Amino acid sequence: MLDSLVGALAGLGVLDTSPEMLALFVGFGLVVGVLFGFFGMGGSFLVTPALLMLDYPAPVAVGSGMAFVFGTAVIATLKHHDLGQVDYKLGVIMITGTTIGIEAGRASVYYLESMGLAGGVISVAYVVLLGGVGAMVTRDALKGDGGGVDHEAADKDLDEYEIPEIAKKIQRTVRIPPMVTLRGDVRVSAWVITAVAFATGVLSGFLGVGGGFIRMPAMIYAIGVPVPVAVGTDLFEIVFSGGLGSYLYGQGGGVNLGIVAPLLFGSALGARVGSAATAVVDSDEIKVYFGGMLLVGAIAVGIGEVGSYLGNSTLELLGLVLVIGAAVVVAFAVLYTTVTSLRVTRQQQTSAAD
Amino acid sequence: MAGLEIPTWDPETALLIGVILFEAFVLYAGYGGLERLVGPYLMDLVVGGDSSAR
Repeated sequence: MLDSLVGALAGLGVLDTSPEMLALFVGFGLVVGVLFGFFGMGGSFLVTPALLMLDYPAPVAVGSGMAFVFGTAVIATLKHHDLGQVDYKLGVIMITGTTIGIEAGRASVYYLESMGLAGGVISVAYVVLLGGVGAMVTRDALKGDGGGVDHEAADKDLDEYEIPEIAKKIQRTVRIPPMVTLRGDVRVSAWVITAVAFATGVLSGFLGVGGGFIRMPAMIYAIGVPVPVAVGTDLFEIVFSGGLGSYLYGQGGGVNLGIVAPLLFGSALGARVGSAATAVVDSDEIKVYFGGMLLVGAIAVGIGEVGSYLGNSTLELLGLVLVIGAAVVVAFAVLYTTVTSLRVTRQQQTSAAD
Repeated sequence: MAGLEIPTWDPETALLIGVILFEAFVLYAGYGGLERLVGPYLMDLVVGGDSSAR
């Protein structure tokens, strides 16, 4: 029995990973989990670039990143299901568009890989993506606006939710049948839903990310879905599309369980800690650090890619250290702020009791 | 592997995805149970003070 289990794990690549790398992946997963649980996004932003910088082939970096997103989405969906924040009808409609999009993105990765360009093009895409999202989050944080998941909005009742004006306009203008009614009395063309799903699916399949940072705003502003339902449904949908994407990458040898299993082991714990921290600390207070982390990530991927192009291993190592270091610093800031706030509250309660 | 593909049945890949799915369920339940069991103790340890202050 034990022999067959060890044999199966060896066949899936778990035993190919050295203990040092397993520890690194568990630790990195923990950090990524804290960020995902606290900010509601960024679960996979840093995984694929880090794997590319660790010299994994592009299909393995993207495929393993996607399988990690799939596992994370399963865990988060279970939680949101318990909270009644999943619109299953919307999720099922989106699955088709996202799946075709992911497959188109995946095919692009293998096409670029056959020309020897995949690693470079994906790294450049990450520089643009991390830089763009980082700049947006930093700007919003400095303006005092949200960015990412608005935890206050996510806690509101669906009845209190107001559909954004742009979503109302799209609902009035695009009335191509079939029209569907979603939770929160939203009535929208199935084609709008499919278009949103396809576009974000391409991004997921190409970069190995969940795509929630684009899909959630798209669901809110293009479809008019209430914020809590957008969060839950996005995750539910990733379970299926990400599962299928992982399966397709896995068929081509692109999913390494020796990477995914330890990452998931760490991130599931980190996500619990990060999620619990949102009850203590307002994420807007330290969102500027998150934006800064993404910007540092963009610079790090750029440095790593230049190092790879020049064959300079020092630059590649510097890029990797910057990516992981930036994530560690922000996760530590989240934990430190949370513990400090809890201690202050505890002291006040103790003084009041005296 | 370039070009759009229709997924075909592959037992080894299905096992791979199944293992990730199984791990996710185990972690959800396991960490949930762990949080209930040792969460209050850990909170006291990290934050300091006694639980009566809550």
